[in-house]
Amino acid sequence: MPHLLDIDALTADGVGQILDEAERLSDSSDMPLRGKHIINFFAEASTRTRVSFEIAASRLGAQVVNIAAGGSSLEKGESLVDTVRTFQAVGAHALVIRHAEPGAPYLAARHFRGPVINAGDGRHAHPTQALLDLLTMRQRFGALQGLRIAIVGDVAHSRVARSTTLALVLCGADVRLCAPPTLLPDPGWLTALPSSSTGGTVSQTTSLREALSGVQVVMPLRMQAERQQGGLLPGLKEYTRIYGITREKLADLAPDTLVMHPGPANEGVEISPELMTGPASLIGQQVENGVLVRMAVLKLLLGASRE
Amino acid sequence: MSKTLFAGVRIICPHTGVDEVGDVLVDDGRIGLLRLGGGVDAPDAERIDASGMVLSPGFVDLHTHLREPGEEQKETIETGAAAALAGGFTTLCAMPNTYPALDSRISIETVRERAEGLGVRIVPIGAITVGRMGEQLAPHHALAAAGAVAFSDDGSPVSSAGLMRRALQYSEPTGLPITSHCEDLSLSAGGSMHEGAVSARLGIPGIPASAEEVMVRRDIALAEETGGRLHIAHISTAGAVSALREARARGVPVTAEATPHHLLLTDEWVAGWGALDGEPNADRIVGDGAYDTSTKVNPPLRSGDHVRAVLDAVRDGTIDVIATDHAPHAPTDKACEYGCAAFGISGLETALGLLMLLVHRGELDLNRLVHLLTAGPGSTFGLSGQGIREGAVADLVLFDPDQPWVVDGEALLSRGKNTPLHGHTLRGKVLMTVVGTRTYRANQMEER
Repeated sequence: MPHLLDIDALTADGVGQILDEAERLSDSSDMPLRGKHIINFFAEASTRTRVSFEIAASRLGAQVVNIAAGGSSLEKGESLVDTVRTFQAVGAHALVIRHAEPGAPYLAARHFRGPVINAGDGRHAHPTQALLDLLTMRQRFGALQGLRIAIVGDVAHSRVARSTTLALVLCGADVRLCAPPTLLPDPGWLTALPSSSTGGTVSQTTSLREALSGVQVVMPLRMQAERQQGGLLPGLKEYTRIYGITREKLADLAPDTLVMHPGPANEGVEISPELMTGPASLIGQQVENGVLVRMAVLKLLLGASRE
Repeated sequence: MSKTLFAGVRIICPHTGVDEVGDVLVDDGRIGLLRLGGGVDAPDAERIDASGMVLSPGFVDLHTHLREPGEEQKETIETGAAAALAGGFTTLCAMPNTYPALDSRISIETVRERAEGLGVRIVPIGAITVGRMGEQLAPHHALAAAGAVAFSDDGSPVSSAGLMRRALQYSEPTGLPITSHCEDLSLSAGGSMHEGAVSARLGIPGIPASAEEVMVRRDIALAEETGGRLHIAHISTAGAVSALREARARGVPVTAEATPHHLLLTDEWVAGWGALDGEPNADRIVGDGAYDTSTKVNPPLRSGDHVRAVLDAVRDGTIDVIATDHAPHAPTDKACEYGCAAFGISGLETALGLLMLLVHRGELDLNRLVHLLTAGPGSTFGLSGQGIREGAVADLVLFDPDQPWVVDGEALLSRGKNTPLHGHTLRGKVLMTVVGTRTYRANQMEER
C-alpha cells in the first residue's frame, strides 16, 4: 500500500492490521518517524482531522508543516499539481491532503513520490475516518463481522458515509444507509462497490424505522444548512422531525443502540444534544481513536516507503 | 502530374452505392479511372497494393471545435486540419464557440479565408445568438450568405424556449439546420460526469440523463410547431433517442448526430474501469486510473444502457450521422482536479479506429459505418459530395480496417492531446487521405 486514498484498495486483513497497529501504538512512546517531514495540506477547512493528524505525527516524532488553502499559493491561482511538486522538491516525506474536489488526492499521488494520505476529498472518501469508526466498533463489540449499523443523514454528499460503508462491508458488517430521497445517492452505487468476500451487505432506505430495526450502532451525519438552500430539503425542521436522532426515537426503534458521529455535529438538528455525551455515546472514543489510527497509517506507510 | 493507383481495394461509396473490390486511379487530383473487379494498367502511377483495405469518400464531420480565433493554445485551423486529414476527414464544420464567436458575416468569412489551402474543406457554423449569449438572434441570413452551413450555440444551450422557437422560425427560409446543444442547466448544474452508480461511487457531482432529454423534447416540440429544421448535437441518452425516434416517425424535421465516444465509452471510464474489449473491470477498486480528466466531456460518458440505446439508433437509421465533437484543449485545461477540468475529447484522429471496434464486434456493418461518416452527415447539412466516380475531384480516404495501433496522445497532430484512449489499442487505421492533389500519408505509408 503506497498511499491511503480510500478503503477499497485494502483487504479485510489489511484493515485489521492497521487497527491492530493502532491499538499497539496507544501506549507506545517510540518515535519511529523521527527525522521525517509530513505536510498537512488542508485546502478545505478542518479542525478535528487536521489537529488529529498533527498530534499523530508528532507523537511518532515526525515534524509537521501545516498548510491551509487560505495561507498558500492556491489563493494566487497556483495549480494543485505545481503545489504538490513543490512539496516533493522541498523534501517532504509524506503528504496528508484535504481537498474540496473529489479525486484531488489521486491527482496529488501522481506527482508525489512519498505516501499520500487522503484526509477527505469532496464527497468521495475519508478513509482515516472509516478506520477510526471501525476501531471504535471493534473495541466495543470485539468483531465487525455481522455487526448492524445505520448511517443516517446526508449520505449523497458524505465522504464519511462512503468510506465507512466500504470499510464495514469489507469487514462483513450489515450497513443501512438512510436519508430523505433527495439525499440518497443513486442506488446503483451499491452495485459499484467492490464485492465482499466476508458477507458484508449494504442497503438504502428512506425509512428511519427500517434502518434502525435491530441495529447496534447508529451514526447520524452532519446536516448542512446549504442543503436547504440547494432545494434538496424544505427545511431543517422537517428533517429533524423525521430523521433527527433523539432519545425518544431510539427508545422506540432501537433501544440498545450505541451512537457515533463523525463530527462536527449540528446538535439539535441530526442529533439531540443529550445523546452526544450520554451513556450510549461513543463519540469521545471516536476522536481519541482518530489519533491512533492516523499514527498507525503514518507509521505503516512511512515505515514501508523507501525514503 | 502525379498518379496514384489503388489496386485491389474494397471500394465503399454510399453516393454511388458501390461496395466492391476494384482499382481506382487518381490522376492529377481527379479520379481518372474506376474499374470494379480491377484491371487498371497504369505503369506511370504509384501503385498501392491495397488488398484488404478500404477506399471510401473522405469523412465529413458536422461537429468540430477548431478554437480559432481566440484559443489558439488549444487548436488552430491549421493544426485542426492536419488532425482531420490524419483521421480521414476531408470536410469539417467548425463550431462557432470561438472568441469572438462566429456571429457575424466577417467572422464567418475570416474562418473560411484562414482555411484556404489546407487541403480540408472547412465550413463554419454560425452562432444562433449574438455572442452565444442566448439573448438576441444573430443575423442568420447574413451568416448564411457568408457561407455558414448551420447555426449553433454549441457549448451552451439556448436556455430560453421562447428564443429557441424564434430561432427556428427566423432561420427557416435559409434552409439551414439549427444544431441544438441540449442541456437544461438547472439539471446539469455543477455536474462533471453522468449521474448514476459511478458518479455516486466517485463522489463526483452528476449530470442526469434528464438534463439532455428534457431539452431534446422541448426542441422537438418547437420544431414540430414551427417547421424549423432541427439537428440534435451529440445525442447521448436513451430518453433523447426515444424522443427522436418518435418525432421522426411523425415526420418532424429533426436529425441527430452521435459521437464515437458516446458509442464506445461508458461512465466506468471515469473510475478507471473502462475497457475496449468489453470486459468490465470486476474488482471495482477506484485505483490509479480514476479521475482521469481526459474522460470529462459534455454530454458526459453515459452508462451502458444509454450507450446501447444510442448504438441501436445508429443501426436502425434513427441517427444518420456520426460526428466527432472534436474538442481539443491545452494541457493546463486538463492537468487539474476533475471538477475544475475543461470538458472535451480530442477526437478527429481516433474516430475511425474507435468506431471500427463496433464493426469488429459485429455490432455495425462496415458499409453502414462509412455511410454514417460520409453521405449521412453530408446530406444532413446539404454538403455536396460526388463520391467515388470517374471525373470527380479526389476526396478519398484509404484505411486498413484491421490494423491494430496504440493511441499515443502526445503523438496526435491536433494540439489537443486530451484523449482517454491514450495507451489503448484500436483496430482500424487511416493510411491515406486524398483531397485533390493533396495527400496525407500515415507514417507506414511513407516508408513504402
